[in-house]
Amino acid sequence: MNEELIISGRENLMVDPHLHIWHWPIPLYLFLGGLAAGVLFFAALYYLMGKENEYRSAVRRVPFIAPIALVIGLAALFYDLRHKAFFWQLYTTIRLESPMSWGAWTLLVITTASFIWCALHIREFFPNWDWKYNWLKELEVFFNKYKKHLAWVILIFAIITGVYTGILLSAFNARPLWNTSVLGPLFLASGLSAGAAAIVLASKNREERLLFTKIDLIILGVELFLIVHMFMGFLASTQVQIEAAGLFLGGEYTMVFWIFVVIIGIIIPGVLDLMELRGRHIPAVIPGVLVLFGSLMFRFVFVFAGQVSRWLY
Amino acid sequence: MRYAMAIDTKKCVGCSDCVVACQTENNVPIGYCRDWVVEVMDGTYPQLEVELRSERCNHCENAPCVRCCPTGASHIVDGGIVLVTPNKCIGCGACIASCPYDARYPHPKGYVDKCTFCIHRVNQGMKPACVSVCPTKCMYFGDLDDPNSEVSIVLKKRKSKTLIPEAGTKPHLYFLI
Repeated sequence: MNEELIISGRENLMVDPHLHIWHWPIPLYLFLGGLAAGVLFFAALYYLMGKENEYRSAVRRVPFIAPIALVIGLAALFYDLRHKAFFWQLYTTIRLESPMSWGAWTLLVITTASFIWCALHIREFFPNWDWKYNWLKELEVFFNKYKKHLAWVILIFAIITGVYTGILLSAFNARPLWNTSVLGPLFLASGLSAGAAAIVLASKNREERLLFTKIDLIILGVELFLIVHMFMGFLASTQVQIEAAGLFLGGEYTMVFWIFVVIIGIIIPGVLDLMELRGRHIPAVIPGVLVLFGSLMFRFVFVFAGQVSRWLY
Repeated sequence: MRYAMAIDTKKCVGCSDCVVACQTENNVPIGYCRDWVVEVMDGTYPQLEVELRSERCNHCENAPCVRCCPTGASHIVDGGIVLVTPNKCIGCGACIASCPYDARYPHPKGYVDKCTFCIHRVNQGMKPACVSVCPTKCMYFGDLDDPNSEVSIVLKKRKSKTLIPEAGTKPHLYFLI
């Protein structure tokens, strides 16, 4: 027998009996951030490839999700802070060692850039839009002139945003479940697949829908590979990581992870995507919604399960 | 200067006086604690072995909480003591998640709080409250760079261990075994 007990009765709020410092706002933000990153990535990519007119939804319309998602995500992050009056301290320093610090700066850039991108395409939704003030009109002319540069900024910062949501967690070696470098690419892939799903949901052009169904299918495959890869890494690692993987392999998070994230979020929409590509007509809404749901659940499961995994006691 | 603490697991009786002393000295909010006592029971009855450890922030040399802090509120001061500046802390919880020892907690006022090695006492030449109050005198505190300090001497004489050294944190809390 080996039993470790805290006998002085430690009951620190949000730390005991196991860590639960991060609640729903964090996984919600991670999902919205990933979704925004995915949507903006495809918009910038297809714009830079000169396919603006072929993939109109992806480049001009769906990006409107991004600023909305980012603002809701930022509000969730702010809500989660416990010392709110001091939030501005984030922007008085850049600490490269801290993923949260460069994440905060990245969010500032990508949110601003996404607003500008949407402002340039506002006439997609309001054809008679008028900026009213001259300086706003001049700004529009300015950003239209440098739209390519803007697209590059968005492309790069979308990737950073997607990866950072994973690195934010993987940088904590105190939580063995999070402490895997696979998490960066896995979160990026999950964000991109959510972005592709959003485009499939919104697009009315069949060709565009088929392209993004194909992209979605490939990314879902990559996600599945990364998940297998992650478990192989865990099981070949130290005892604490073997135990962390156990949370999903028979432990308390097994059902939610495999049913909601893997089966409903990846395998079923993947099969439906494949059927669609093989010529069977599948209502786009089904795989699209499932991918978004799986992507959201993935964040929730990972953030909560990670806080249960630990080194001591 | 590198402050460190050594706790004799053979002399500790697990009375939790250190916990109460800390709560009183540092005005720790009710229901919280900056230090705690762990009992490890090994073996099968009647061959049982007990280890008692009074634990707290390890004041790590390679502190993950300081690394991950986005504002620099968590920092290391002279003597290697890890502290939090309340007015720089945004209460994001990153440091709490990053600590493999779970030594930090969110103070009800919003910022993150933890053991300070009683820096306010140490700066006046006194020992931390937990060390001063220990009825079995099982705790030693001092400067590792000074070979004549209480803690250096006891660490030279006795075998010791740190908690989770494999996490790479280089902790400054030693347990004599």
